[in-house]
Amino acid sequence: MTQLQAEPAVERVMEKSPLPRQLKLQRSRNFDVLIALTAFAVLAALPFLFSSKALLDFVIRCSAFGLFATSLNLLVGYTGMISFGHGMFFGLGAYGFALIMQRSGLPIPAAFVCTLVITAVVAGVIGAICVRLKEIYFAFVTLAFQMLIHSVVLSWVSLTGGDQGLRGGIPRPVFLGIDLSNYIHLYIASCALLVLGLLLMRQIAQSPFGYTLRMIRDNAVRASFIGIDVWRAKLTIFVLAALFAATGGVIMSLFVSGAYPEFAFWTISGEGIFINMLGGVSTFLGPMVGTVLLLILNDTVTRLTEYYGIVLGVVILFFAIGLRKGLMDFAVEWYQARRARRKSASG
Amino acid sequence: MDLDALTGCLASSACLVTQGTSGFIIGMLLFLVAVGLTLIFGVLKVVNFTHGAFYMFGAYFAMTTYQLSGSFALAMLCGAAGTAILGLVFERVFMSRVYGGDVLMQLLVCYAFVLIFDDVVRLVWGPEFRAMGMPTAFQVPPLFIAGGVVPPYYLLLIGVALAVAAILGLGLANSRIGKVIRAAAHNPAMVSALGINTGLIYGSVFALGGMLAGLAGALAAPVRSLTPGMGFSVLIESFIVTVIGGMGSILGALIGALLIGLIRSFGSLGFPLFTDGMMYLFMVIVLVARPTGLFGKEVA
Repeated sequence: MTQLQAEPAVERVMEKSPLPRQLKLQRSRNFDVLIALTAFAVLAALPFLFSSKALLDFVIRCSAFGLFATSLNLLVGYTGMISFGHGMFFGLGAYGFALIMQRSGLPIPAAFVCTLVITAVVAGVIGAICVRLKEIYFAFVTLAFQMLIHSVVLSWVSLTGGDQGLRGGIPRPVFLGIDLSNYIHLYIASCALLVLGLLLMRQIAQSPFGYTLRMIRDNAVRASFIGIDVWRAKLTIFVLAALFAATGGVIMSLFVSGAYPEFAFWTISGEGIFINMLGGVSTFLGPMVGTVLLLILNDTVTRLTEYYGIVLGVVILFFAIGLRKGLMDFAVEWYQARRARRKSASG
Repeated sequence: MDLDALTGCLASSACLVTQGTSGFIIGMLLFLVAVGLTLIFGVLKVVNFTHGAFYMFGAYFAMTTYQLSGSFALAMLCGAAGTAILGLVFERVFMSRVYGGDVLMQLLVCYAFVLIFDDVVRLVWGPEFRAMGMPTAFQVPPLFIAGGVVPPYYLLLIGVALAVAAILGLGLANSRIGKVIRAAAHNPAMVSALGINTGLIYGSVFALGGMLAGLAGALAAPVRSLTPGMGFSVLIESFIVTVIGGMGSILGALIGALLIGLIRSFGSLGFPLFTDGMMYLFMVIVLVARPTGLFGKEVA
């Protein structure tokens, strides 16, 4: 057992429930949808309440990185697969979408679907090679593939623009009355993708498949003894997580009107891991909290100094060696301890 | 793709020697980095993601020493010794706190230090490309072997790396310290119960690994350009080497490094745009055929 895990699988399944399981699942799903709708309503109301463009920019970047980081948590926190190359799918999403829009003239939803299909194929191939490796091998073979994608982006200049990045903007034909060249439309679309993506990932995490993943994390041998195809389950979640990361990349490419090699660089993966650590992986929304914190930190530090790495590094060390857990982990533990105290006081 | 150039080269002895030696020095530098990585993994069971930074520091230390003193030997010594001390401090103060299973924590500490080290180099030596220049002792006409051009410095480099490989291999197999290190890798609790300070062994192994990477950086300094972040691509390549050769195997690191070096030098003729890709392709083939690498034992 490591400290950095989503909640233990066994506890939740063993929980005594007065309701039939099906009904309970249905209720928690309705509750998730309710939260998602509320969150979307709040985010969508922001442009009408505040006129600050910086705030909206911030929310769009949070959407892109939040999807990426939360999808990484599906691997790290729920399945115990520490991918150090998850950023490649972020980059792939950004480049794939931008290239399809520039070259093919497809409508945006079609290009989006195409991007996801391409990502699924690439993730399927890379995943098939990587997922049977043990943890540390898995970490650095994924990292190696990240660097392969990065070096392809850098060297295939005629397609990707090399180290200059993919420039020239992304054409944005209007579809279904949505015009992504309009900033408010882009903002609302990003929020919608974020909320929808989080909702979907939440459903994956709470589904029987999600509990299978937790079991694989806790004891893969036992899982395979009771008839679970571990390799297939790991590959499935690897590909699913890649799709959400690519969606984050698509938002990013729309936001910056292009794609840059940094999107496929290993530091994106490192940041993803750190976001998970910062927010904590024991809760579903921990990575979202981490994203907001990291982006605030990022913006503050880059304004103050050009030696961003030193400051970020020291902050990471503080969390990794000093606290040894994320902020949301602290919050959850504090809440549980308080509840336990109350119980013992009243009983 | 330019297969004609590749077959043409394979047919001529001159080209074969030139490309072969350049492949050899790439391989030898990679070996020095990878063998440290594999040694640290074998004993401490951690993957040192900062290993590339030690290579970088080795190069910068050597450059500065050379510019100050003008002595090439001293530059090599400072490059190696400086990184050994750095490795020792890094292991004792930081890495030793995150041993024992949690890969995510190790990864994060290393990630933090990669960022910090790159920025420290940027702060001290500046962000631009720097060059150490070939030491005067080696500014002599190249040798011609079977019609191929071989700079004398390359021979030194290959000689040093092979000597290190031999010393390490024989030392680990036969010397008392080597036996203690192997025992610590196998069962640290037992070794410490026998009254041997395992903390000291861990620290020294990390220092040794750091020193080898630093030596590689110092040796590479005259022939490569120096820039912050230069360690990262070397790190990735030495990962590939250890994956191919098998984690924890010195012979595997040597063979893996040579294969990668030759793939890089001949691949740059045949597939100039896909040289990196060739490396990954090779790694994938090895991984599919033998997941533990060519010389790797099953990792428990």
